Amino acid sequence: MSDVVEKTLTALPSLLSLDSQPGSTKLSSTSKLGTLIRGITELTSKHEEEKLIQRELVSIKEQVSSPNTSMRQMKELMVRAIYCEMLGYEASFSYIHAIKLAQQGTALEKRVGYLAVSLFLNESHELLLLLVNTVLKDLQSTNLIEVCMALTVVSQMFPKDMIPAILPLVEEKLNHPKEIIRRKAVLALYKFYLIAPNQVQHIHNKFRKALCDKDPGVMTASLHIYLQMIEENPEGYKDLAASFVTILKQVVGGKLPMDFNYHSVPAPWLQIQLLRILSLLGKNDPSTSEIMYEVLDESLRRAEINHNITYAILYECVKCIYTIDPKSDLLEKAAKCIGNFVLSPKINLKYLGLKALTYVVQQDPKLALQHQMTIIECLDHPDLIIKRETLEILFRITNAQNVTVIVDKMLEFLRINKDDYTTIDLVGKVAELAEKYAPDNEWFIETMSTVFSVGGDLMQPDIPNSFLKLLSEGFDSVEEDRKLRLFAVDSYVSLLQGEPGKLPQRFLQVISWVLGEYSFLREELEAATVLRLLAKLLDMKNTSSETKSWVLMAMTKLCERGAGVSVAQEVSETYSSSLDTVLRQRAQELQHLSRHSELRARVLPRDAGLEPLEVDSSLSFLDGFVSEALAAGAAPYKPPHQRQEELAQAKALSLEPYGLSLPISMSSCSIADRQSPTLLSISSGLSGESPDLSHKGGSSTLKLDGVKRLWGREGYLAQREPVEESARVEVPSPLRSPSQQGEADSSHSQTPIPTPEPEQEKQQLASSLFVGLSSQSSVCLMGKSEPTPQRFRRKAKSPGSSSSASEKTSNSLVSTPSTVDNLMCNNLLDSNITSELVVSSLEQTSQLSQGLAAANGTCDAELTDSDVKGSSPSLCGDNAVAAADPAPHEDPCKDLLLTSHLPAELSGLSHSEITPLCSNQSLDLSASHVQKEDSLVLVVFIYNSSDSDIQQILLELDSEEIEVSCVCDSAVQEASSHSVAVCQYSLTVKTPSVHVEVVGTVSYQFPAGTPQSLQFSYKLPLTCFIRPLTVSTEEYGTMWLDFSHDTKQNLTLISDGQEPLAATLNVLKKKLQLHVVEIIGMEGIVACRLLQDQPCLMHCRLNAGTLAVWLRSPVPALPDCLMYHCQRALQEH
Amino acid sequence: MQFMLLFSRQGKLRLQKWYVPLSDKEKKKITRELVQTVLARKPKMCSFLEWRDMKIVYKRYASLYFCCAIENQDNELITLEIIHRYVELLDKYFGSVCELDIIFNFEKAYFILDEFLLGGEAQETSKKNVLKAIEQADLLQENIDFQMRLFAAPS
Repeated sequence: MSDVVEKTLTALPSLLSLDSQPGSTKLSSTSKLGTLIRGITELTSKHEEEKLIQRELVSIKEQVSSPNTSMRQMKELMVRAIYCEMLGYEASFSYIHAIKLAQQGTALEKRVGYLAVSLFLNESHELLLLLVNTVLKDLQSTNLIEVCMALTVVSQMFPKDMIPAILPLVEEKLNHPKEIIRRKAVLALYKFYLIAPNQVQHIHNKFRKALCDKDPGVMTASLHIYLQMIEENPEGYKDLAASFVTILKQVVGGKLPMDFNYHSVPAPWLQIQLLRILSLLGKNDPSTSEIMYEVLDESLRRAEINHNITYAILYECVKCIYTIDPKSDLLEKAAKCIGNFVLSPKINLKYLGLKALTYVVQQDPKLALQHQMTIIECLDHPDLIIKRETLEILFRITNAQNVTVIVDKMLEFLRINKDDYTTIDLVGKVAELAEKYAPDNEWFIETMSTVFSVGGDLMQPDIPNSFLKLLSEGFDSVEEDRKLRLFAVDSYVSLLQGEPGKLPQRFLQVISWVLGEYSFLREELEAATVLRLLAKLLDMKNTSSETKSWVLMAMTKLCERGAGVSVAQEVSETYSSSLDTVLRQRAQELQHLSRHSELRARVLPRDAGLEPLEVDSSLSFLDGFVSEALAAGAAPYKPPHQRQEELAQAKALSLEPYGLSLPISMSSCSIADRQSPTLLSISSGLSGESPDLSHKGGSSTLKLDGVKRLWGREGYLAQREPVEESARVEVPSPLRSPSQQGEADSSHSQTPIPTPEPEQEKQQLASSLFVGLSSQSSVCLMGKSEPTPQRFRRKAKSPGSSSSASEKTSNSLVSTPSTVDNLMCNNLLDSNITSELVVSSLEQTSQLSQGLAAANGTCDAELTDSDVKGSSPSLCGDNAVAAADPAPHEDPCKDLLLTSHLPAELSGLSHSEITPLCSNQSLDLSASHVQKEDSLVLVVFIYNSSDSDIQQILLELDSEEIEVSCVCDSAVQEASSHSVAVCQYSLTVKTPSVHVEVVGTVSYQFPAGTPQSLQFSYKLPLTCFIRPLTVSTEEYGTMWLDFSHDTKQNLTLISDGQEPLAATLNVLKKKLQLHVVEIIGMEGIVACRLLQDQPCLMHCRLNAGTLAVWLRSPVPALPDCLMYHCQRALQEH
Repeated sequence: MQFMLLFSRQGKLRLQKWYVPLSDKEKKKITRELVQTVLARKPKMCSFLEWRDMKIVYKRYASLYFCCAIENQDNELITLEIIHRYVELLDKYFGSVCELDIIFNFEKAYFILDEFLLGGEAQETSKKNVLKAIEQADLLQENIDFQMRLFAAPS
């Protein structure tokens, strides 16, 4: 009791001071919170404050967890906890109590509880789930204030997954008699729309009701939702455009209650919202724009009071006018408006004027010309924000003639700017302009140097990336390339001779790469000099290890002869014991390559930056190593699926003794040329390192450009290189000569510019800035798409180089993925696969089927071609095993019956057993597949076993591994009573797998009945898609090298009397339709393809009573799958 | 709107409302850096600021800075007027508001803000309606306070 008395006493002063005024709680400074706040203000140091708050938090914690604390006290405690959190001290212990307060308190305490929850938690906080029940209860409360509170908290945060629980209640509130409730409900739905749009899809028509609400507040609230929805899908709401226009007209005409006026402007928020909606609806839509012109004009006219709020509306109006379909007199008015903004002495308006100018300048460059003097003044404005926005305008009006002045201004800004975000943005823009409009080499290199030194390590990695790419790929003229590179070399050498310690790491990396690659162009420059300069970088304290590895790579390219070698040796000595593995690797390379100049020249040929790179992802250079290891008794590698299968087999009792692991001394050279052992260490090291590189985060993309040459097979196929090079004919295109350009410049700078009489200097600046913006040149010079004479026009073969940075990461050492692909295709074409694909055994069939197609089904005895026959039983056999559905035994006569329904063009070919798919009382589905030379056809027979006709039968097939395309005219079939409808599908494999499965649905309907559907699946072995591939041994050799996916395994030999290798290959040939290319002694090479044209090669070799099989293909899973089938085929034999 | 901050000339935070979900750490970092940036600006400078990837609109009233972060396509001027309207509301409610009112009654300031801006959007732009809503809730409070007094009196 005494407790209560005491509390009452302490509360008394504040209670007594209460009078009826709403603002009366002012004096609550005597409360505990007041004491706390005053306590804090009296403190002098941060440290004392911390101590005090910690003490406070301890006491709050104690009290909130005490069971005796009343909700009223809890409310007070929460307010204090909020205060502590605002000061930056964590009070997470109170979160749960805030929820409790919202749950259990009376209306008022609830209010504080909800407030605390909304301040403490964010929408992903797990404790929020505990609030759901409270919200649910309050939404159903009869107390309006409680409902309001619940809706308020819901519109701020609510767990996404729980929306369905309260959605009906919130929806119901849209019909509430009180407008405040309706308004809050609309905003709650807006919140739901933002976080889970699909949850509120079904109530879109209720939004329309809210839009038509008699209360302007509710209507305004609904516009938030509409703005959002229209932004996402403007097409869907065109019909509302007229309504929005009407509303805006009413608002502008002052039809709303006075309450909504703000400084005597009618409902400005509503106006702005509507203008934004209208600009979205009118964009690229002349007819919708048409209905807006009048009201826009009216808005412009009405907004005359000199107040911020009118300017806000005007600004939005101008933006709208420039966004929708243009109308000349409106544009004129809008332009005048922008002028008023730009010329305004008020800095905020000036800023918005510049922003509007930026927005419209591309459409209307003359406007920039009109305000050029203001723009020049703003360039020197003391407020950086104004300056920044001005540069933004200049960026958009840049052309080949004013680029130097504008870039100068931008770089000037960059030097004084301190904000990282602006630096990153602006540096990117400068680089873009430099690359696009550079007037000459010197300027370009110098500008980029400034970009690199100012942008430092902040800038987007694609800037140095694309710069290096530009240098290495060159332009249309060889001579220009040389000059540019030479100038870069000169400029970087002098930079290194200065104070390289001040340069950012990225820049040093660029420098190292360029020097490594191109310093030979400067003939009088000794490689040793460059090497010494580079070595100096290594000794600098703040050089990062990433930069060091760039430097080492550059040195590797340079250490040619004489003095250079000794520098290289010295450096590699130091770093070969580095703790950083990448550095150590580089040092090793440097060491080895500087010793063997011949090898170096082959590995790093000079000026070969353009050579397409190849990655030997199959690690074939390790073959020697692998075979050695195998010979030494190591177990051969098994792919995962095989290991699993073997594991499964092993569970059953194995009767065989442990199989000897076979020493395969497969000398890969016997098949095709391979790496020489000398290179082996380097190349393996490199490829081993690639993942390392990609781990290096953002900068790794940069690095790849540095790793220019692959220690790939190119060295071996040296005689090929010139051929490839000649294919890439350099087409010199007429670049503008400097003199011509100068002429153009002068002619343009003479364009008369109407200005009053400012100082000479500014006028000069203006004429240089706005050159090329004269009235007749207007848009075409501004338009970015316009093909202005671009100096550094990239070659067409590498589009979008800068954006491919991320792609490159994954490809590690490859320059661009496409190069590899192209190369592969080239090789494939080289070997004439396409022309010689037809395998002898099928040749006849193909001719036949062609003949059949022409003669439409006059088949004859020739059909029983022995080869086809030979393969058919195995096909059927295979199929019977593979078919998933436990087939109830076929009625032979039905089978026959169905066979007769095989389409004529297929009837000549071997087909698999007809397998029943599914059936019910009215339909009976069966299927069979037919192997054609270039496709696999799936035939589905639909037998109508009912007594009535079925008009519409829809058959849909789908598969993860296969691409299914319908051969028949339409997907819809009909089947009259007791007859058969046939559907044909052509199948090709998307992703190989051991078995592929097609799932399907057949849906149909009797004339008078409900729709029905049946589902089925059909499984096929991959072997159905395998066709022979005819290649010569040489072609086989080249292809073998190009394929990256492989698998090796030992298979059982078949030895029924004759020569085992030939016998085994024969079985494989028959069962799997492989093509035996050649048998050379103990080895055989076999080729096949997966429909359509995915080759797979097999190399096999007799080895101690088993067959060592090695499969290779460009398709990832194909070798493994084929290996499985080979194994099965031999086992079954 | 992404958030609204009120802070004093000394850089003390007086009110914070976040409309985008951020971690406490991010919030603190943004607050610290933004307060510094805004305080460093001279009085005659532009009220708009491109800061990080955000657009900041701020205005100073006496010793208090009101600072909002908005989306790039939002209208800066109208945001400035949102701040002004909020100050008007506070002024009307407290009766010529001063920093101390907001410090000692910050929960009230939050209630008013929630009645005016909801989920980062202007909810009710009629001054009368906002104040009516707040007064109704306050009235409830007074009724209870009154009952409490009655109850407390005998003991």
